[in-house]
Amino acid sequence: MTFEVSNMALALPEMFMLAMACITLLAVSFLGKNGAKAAYSLSQLTLAITAIIIYQSLGQTGTTFDGTYIKDGFSDVLKLVICLINMLVLLYSTSYLKARDLFKGEYYVLAIFSTLGMMIMVSAGHFLTIYLGLELMSLCMYAMVAMYRDSFVATEAAMKYFILGALASGMLLYGMSIIYGVTGNLSISAVSASIQAGSLDNTVLSFGIVFLVIGIGFKLGAVPFHMWLPDVYQGSPTAVTLFIAAAPKIAAFAMAIRLLVGGLGGAYEYWQDMLIMLSVLSMIIGNVVAIAQTNIKRMLAYSTISHIGFILLGVLSATQEGYAAAMFYALVYSLMTLGGFGMIILMSRQGFEADQLDDYKGLGRRNPWFALMMLILMFSMAGIPPLVGFYAKLMVIKSIVDINMLSIAIVAVLVSVIGAFYYLRIIKLMYFDAPEQKQLLEAPSDMRVMISINGIAVLMLGLFPGSLLALCASIFPL
Amino acid sequence: MFTDLPLLSLLIWLPVLGGLFVLVYGDKNPWAKPLSLLIAVASLVLSIGLYTGFDSSTHQMQFVEKMSWITAFDINYSLGVDGFSMPLIILTTFSTVIVVLAGWDVIKDRSNQYMAAFLIMEGLMIAVFSALDAILFYVFFEAMLIPLFLVIGIWGGPNRVYATIKFFLYTLFGSVFLLLALLYLHHVAGSFEILDFHNVSLSMPEQIYLFLAFLIAFAVKVPMWPVHTWLPDAHVEAPTGGSVILAAITLKIGGYGFLRFALPIAPDASMALDWLMIGLSLTAVVYIGFVALVQTDLKKLIAYSSIAHMGFVTLGMFIIFRIFANSATGNGAELAIEGAMVQMISHGFIAAAMFLCVGVLYDRMHTREISAYGGVINTMPKFAGFAVFFAMANAGLPGTSGFVGEFMVILAAFQADFWFAFLAATTLILGAAYTLWMVKRVIFGDVANDNVAKLTDINRREFFILATLALIVLVIGVWPAPVTEVMHASVEHLLTQVSQSKL
Repeated sequence: MTFEVSNMALALPEMFMLAMACITLLAVSFLGKNGAKAAYSLSQLTLAITAIIIYQSLGQTGTTFDGTYIKDGFSDVLKLVICLINMLVLLYSTSYLKARDLFKGEYYVLAIFSTLGMMIMVSAGHFLTIYLGLELMSLCMYAMVAMYRDSFVATEAAMKYFILGALASGMLLYGMSIIYGVTGNLSISAVSASIQAGSLDNTVLSFGIVFLVIGIGFKLGAVPFHMWLPDVYQGSPTAVTLFIAAAPKIAAFAMAIRLLVGGLGGAYEYWQDMLIMLSVLSMIIGNVVAIAQTNIKRMLAYSTISHIGFILLGVLSATQEGYAAAMFYALVYSLMTLGGFGMIILMSRQGFEADQLDDYKGLGRRNPWFALMMLILMFSMAGIPPLVGFYAKLMVIKSIVDINMLSIAIVAVLVSVIGAFYYLRIIKLMYFDAPEQKQLLEAPSDMRVMISINGIAVLMLGLFPGSLLALCASIFPL
Repeated sequence: MFTDLPLLSLLIWLPVLGGLFVLVYGDKNPWAKPLSLLIAVASLVLSIGLYTGFDSSTHQMQFVEKMSWITAFDINYSLGVDGFSMPLIILTTFSTVIVVLAGWDVIKDRSNQYMAAFLIMEGLMIAVFSALDAILFYVFFEAMLIPLFLVIGIWGGPNRVYATIKFFLYTLFGSVFLLLALLYLHHVAGSFEILDFHNVSLSMPEQIYLFLAFLIAFAVKVPMWPVHTWLPDAHVEAPTGGSVILAAITLKIGGYGFLRFALPIAPDASMALDWLMIGLSLTAVVYIGFVALVQTDLKKLIAYSSIAHMGFVTLGMFIIFRIFANSATGNGAELAIEGAMVQMISHGFIAAAMFLCVGVLYDRMHTREISAYGGVINTMPKFAGFAVFFAMANAGLPGTSGFVGEFMVILAAFQADFWFAFLAATTLILGAAYTLWMVKRVIFGDVANDNVAKLTDINRREFFILATLALIVLVIGVWPAPVTEVMHASVEHLLTQVSQSKL
């Protein structure tokens, strides 16, 4: 293995973030009571500067660390989005944490380390790099869920998340080892090359792919590997739910693309059928079960599952347009989820979680502006134009129609009609029902601004989706 | 003078942006209503420009605007109107003025949001009629649901939540198939331009599937029997303005969809399945006519009568193939399509007027039960005059616009098949029966109870609204030429399109 210093500069964002994470950790340990505040500022600064570093180096591509680290358009865009999303996540979560005596420096340190893990996953050029990033991300998140030590449900959620997450990692690793057995390689590009060359044992290869797909399915939360997701979303403190719902899905999507498209793109006929199953089941179960929920966090969890189904729809088309559509969907999903959970945080206050659907009754009277933002977010998640969620669904369905899988496209549109029901129910509660609580809803000004930007972004991207779509389309082929 | 302006864009975005302004800044402000009226009137004036600047000698799209919107996927902001869409746009702008006026005193709760919803909806509906890009069309086609959903849900009657969610899910269910059809057509045609879709050749199975997708989407909108059940619910629960827009415009989008998509894109499938369309249309005319007869709720009765009248629209559109088969010249085909269009426009005015009449009564008595009324003419003579006039128009009295469209379609139906004409003509009896019986029970007779005795006649605002509508119904009834002339070239073009096989 040769190291060239000049090449290492490609990984500057990760290195910077690692250094800052360590500094934040030190600050938390030494500053005592003021540690949390310092950690918050430092982590926001870290994310901002990392984003700037990534932005400055857009267009520069290459690999380093002997091919285990890739810097390309795909990784740059996703990393940039991950940093921005996590900045918003930290902003949203701070007031929530403060109100619940959870405002501790550790939350921010873990968040930064977890973000680092996501960035490593996105840039991975080697199976082991993927695993490294995945574990760094996941371990931090297990700890974050468990941070609310006094809460019974949070502890339960953390246990569940940890055990199932570890199992999934094991599956993934097992699949990687089988692929290694077939191809003799762990580097993604080398695996791809040997599949292109052919003459592999296809039975063993498909066996390995099965385990990889299971691992990916677990991390994304696709049916039938979704059981952890509603429990974890519901049980975690909302701030943590927000964190694990938004950016990690982008990272998991990147992992799916790196492994299935980058590495095993030549063997797509093996994973396509598996993804069809995962995707169709996720769309159906996610949308149908969400109808029965009374807890909004749990409802959004099932909604996430259905969104994952749609993202997989784009991936399984195995066309460049499909990958681009899936990427667009993943980005849009994280933006919408951010807003959705952000709104729950906004509504909650000390001793009141605002996680029941009935808590949203009459929001249209208590605060028309917030209700309008929530309306935009819900219609967007339901996929109603002119909001950005529509184009996400449109593009993945288009990619499916283009490869003539019309029956799956019909399933996709039918479940989105079913799904529309539970989003409409939130709107119904907000606008058509009388409020149960009389007092007007107040929120800190930074959150007010953030939720407005979030909602308006969903609307504006819906009116002018062209540039983001073009960006996603320009990235593929990888 | 209008030729230099991007008239269609103005017509779309003036109400949308104006509506947003009213929504955001109009809360509890006294100028919200006058401003809404100003925007609605300005849109009406602009849309008159469409009529005066319209060249009725050509079927080509006019007032065309084209800009790149989503460049990566070749989706354009592409607008234009022909003889089918232009009259419907004017109908839209006119109806919005009526709705704003009708809600003036009546809507007390969140009135700026009410006005804003209708203004935004106006822009979206105009966009639906003028969009020439399939995705653009679909975006507006669905976006339109959002304001109407809120209008029914917020200002509707007691069972409004059920009605509005049913309305939304029903229409969404229909439109997702439209989306699939449009995506498939893009796959075949390589472009999202609707006019390009008209030119692709498609095999019979492809056309059948596409036609069925269009059928589901537009049959729900029209609505055709048996997917009509959302309409009576939505109408009953909707506030008066909502009912007016629903009856006057959104139903027309279904008919427009058949003209713009189903017939020219899948002519062979339309021909192969015309028995289905004719059957469903005649069922709507006859069966729904009987259903209307037994209604005890005023609004429900008018809602069912709307479904029966819209049956004429789809009947007129799909008897053309039988007419072609019977005569080489196919003169009756032109009559059929034009009859369908006239019927749509006339129904837009008459149904709007009928719902406004019910609204007038409801605002005073807060009930829609027919049995709660009786002898209204004694206390509200002016109102009774209008109500009887519109009821006659609804029953298809010669001299009113209601007669023209139905007569044209029945006349054309004779050239297709005697029995079609016979069944269609039963509407003249059924329509007269349910409308006049309703009039008899509500308007005539002795004063039924104290509540009716306390009624006050319509004020100047209501008089103005109803008088304008009555005038239009009368003018189109005796002189329909201005309406039929503008669509002539487009109808002929459509007929050449459908008579050429795409196989």
